Amino acid sequence: MSVVTLKIDDRDVSGRDDETILEIARENGIVIPTLCYLEGLSIAGACRLCLVEVKGSSKLLPACATRVSEGMEVSTQSERLTHYRRMIIEMLFAEGNHICSVCVSNGHCQLQDAAVALGVDHIGVPYLYPNRTVDASHELFGIDHNRCILCARCVRVCDEVEGAHTWDVGARGIEARVITDFRTPWGDSDTCTSCGKCVQVCPTGALFAKGKSAGEMMKQSEFVQYLVAMRGRQS
Amino acid sequence: MIEERPLYIPEQNIVLEHNHEIDPEQLDDYFKIDGFAALNHVLTEMTPPEVIDQLSRSGLRGRGGAGYPTGLKWQTVAKAQGSPKYVICNGDEGDPGAFMDRNVMEAYPFKVLEGMTIAAYAIGASQGFIYVRAEYPLAVQRLKNAIRQMEKHNYLGKNIAGTPFSFDIDVRLGAGAFVCGEETALIASIEGRRGNPRPRPPYPAEHGLFGCPTLINNVETFANVAPILRNGAEWFASIGTEKSKGTKVFALSGRIARAGLIEVPMGTTLREIVFEIGGGIPDGKAYKAVQTGGPSGGCIPSDYLDVPVDYESLLNLGSFMGSGGMIVMDETSCMVDVARYFMEFCMSESCGKCVPCRVGTAQMYQLLTKIVHGDATLNDLALLETLCDMVRTTSLCGLGQGAPNPVMSTLRYFRDEYIAHIVEKRCPAGVCPVHKHVQQEVSA
Ligand SMILES: Cc1cc2nc3c(=O)[nH]c(=O)nc-3n(C[C@H](O)[C@H](O)[C@H](O)COP(=O)(O)O)c2cc1C
Ligand code: SF4
Ligand code: SF4
Ligand code: SF4
Ligand code: FES
Repeated sequence: MSVVTLKIDDRDVSGRDDETILEIARENGIVIPTLCYLEGLSIAGACRLCLVEVKGSSKLLPACATRVSEGMEVSTQSERLTHYRRMIIEMLFAEGNHICSVCVSNGHCQLQDAAVALGVDHIGVPYLYPNRTVDASHELFGIDHNRCILCARCVRVCDEVEGAHTWDVGARGIEARVITDFRTPWGDSDTCTSCGKCVQVCPTGALFAKGKSAGEMMKQSEFVQYLVAMRGRQS
Repeated sequence: MIEERPLYIPEQNIVLEHNHEIDPEQLDDYFKIDGFAALNHVLTEMTPPEVIDQLSRSGLRGRGGAGYPTGLKWQTVAKAQGSPKYVICNGDEGDPGAFMDRNVMEAYPFKVLEGMTIAAYAIGASQGFIYVRAEYPLAVQRLKNAIRQMEKHNYLGKNIAGTPFSFDIDVRLGAGAFVCGEETALIASIEGRRGNPRPRPPYPAEHGLFGCPTLINNVETFANVAPILRNGAEWFASIGTEKSKGTKVFALSGRIARAGLIEVPMGTTLREIVFEIGGGIPDGKAYKAVQTGGPSGGCIPSDYLDVPVDYESLLNLGSFMGSGGMIVMDETSCMVDVARYFMEFCMSESCGKCVPCRVGTAQMYQLLTKIVHGDATLNDLALLETLCDMVRTTSLCGLGQGAPNPVMSTLRYFRDEYIAHIVEKRCPAGVCPVHKHVQQEVSA
């Protein structure tokens, strides 16, 4: 491990060489949009919203998954990046069935927030109107696949923090869905401890606690980083 | 089963050995084509850095698609911190219509395993895996048999050929998806996890199987190793073009008189491949294009038939070497239909992890379907091009990054065919359903 200095958006910053561009940016108050990243969980690199430009690299690099190095020059904002980030958000809206006005997370949704922050004011790709289901078999929680963006945060928190590994991703491509156990109803799960962690980390209204109506579902995902940090201190 | 069909004996057959009758199940037969001469020589007379130096000077590049310099890759793994180190042979071959690696594994299993063993010595590994598509039972059986015989003759196992070097190889069966051939997905699959790609860096050379430094090369890459060490780097480097050395195995298919496997020196022109070796286009039809590189590749029109085929020239033409598939198309092929076929493949093989590839391939497939049905507008075409750029630039792995390529390359050379479908509602090749619509309307 060594300390490196680099430039992010023309600002001189420093960090350890085992930290990522995203971590250093956040430490310095530089905002990079993210959806699949959650501090305390492993890195997925799946949503591609955090892509940044790095001088000397012809490819855009995911800030959440790219380690900093000495002399690196990173740009987190450009017309090109905004263009791609907007398209990612548009694709997510077009892929599911997001009717915000009736969603439990309306007003507290990270997909909505990202759309507003990036100035997405219309969806330029055709809606795919997939045929997706809702599983309300669990006593306390439910999942509405119409609102799932496949960030796999639920999969990771359940496996890495709760240790239950109830969630997984089934099928592939545009047919991919998060599944519980062997694609069996959540309510029948032998592995689920009903801890509710998956619900708390879900960035959209896909996972919800029962009994909430439109706009009522407020989530607390910060617990993951505290839990992980506290456990790290114990060992 | 596709048995080896010698069509043309090139001057240098390095990977395939058409002119020797050898039984792939008999280790003794392998001696007829100098089997294990390279391994014996390497283990008794060369240091690992000397082996790597030979590989580097030979100019061999990865035959799995991207053409990464093999010597450089070996050197990186050799120098990487951490142990143990692993060697993996990628025999997942999932491109539609590809059977080059299958043939090599079935016909020359000892050659591939000898290459892996030399690699293990060079990088300091004691365990190897060969990852083979489950759809190739004969290859699996022959590799397992070859491993057993090599163990018996002390070419694998403890203290190989009486030296301190020990190495074992296990066969692993592929999980069935095309994307499992991507190196990080393949590693996840061997570890027993879902075969999904992950962001690189870190590359497997530093952080691979079980987090350890891992060398991963293609079947054909490993098959070139023993001949290089037997005959010397200079010999190998004398074959091919300035930047692409040696030979390449191609699977010729489509509208061609003689389809099958061929091995030609790098730099052979498409004209020689299609018209001399392949015997040209049958039924008096005219050549239209050859598709190389599979689902990440592109279509090359007749203007470029005389370009020598190597990694760089194919990239410059908007195509890709890939694993060596070559599909020949004549005037009866519709290029929009071809692009749609490959997009459908990418859409159904996408692992679904990252947004651009998961959603983008589905969006592009839908637009291409609209075009072939004659329902698209020029705005749809503009959106298709925007999506191509976006998916290629932002996807996580090579599957998504390469998926737009068949569309972009056909737009580059055959844009008029797209316009004919969209504006004139006509398929110039008479393949797409749009054609029938109009015919019906006319006759109605
Ligand atoms: C979607 C995808 C599929 C791939 N499939 C294969 C394959 O079937 N066989 C192969 O050798 N390489 C395949 N590759 C390339 C591998 O990731 C890797 O680069 C290669 O095995 C390295 O070997 P080489 O350096 O000898 O070419 C694939 C890559 C991608 C992105
Ligand atoms: S409630 Fe807890 S155990 Fe059950 S699926 Fe969610 S995270 Fe896993
Ligand atoms: S259910 Fe929520 S947390 Fe899980 S993948 Fe879908 S959007 Fe992400
Ligand atoms: S590019 Fe496609 S195949 Fe590769 S990780 Fe993304 S979704 Fe999966
Ligand atoms: S936050 Fe980096 S890819 Fe999703």
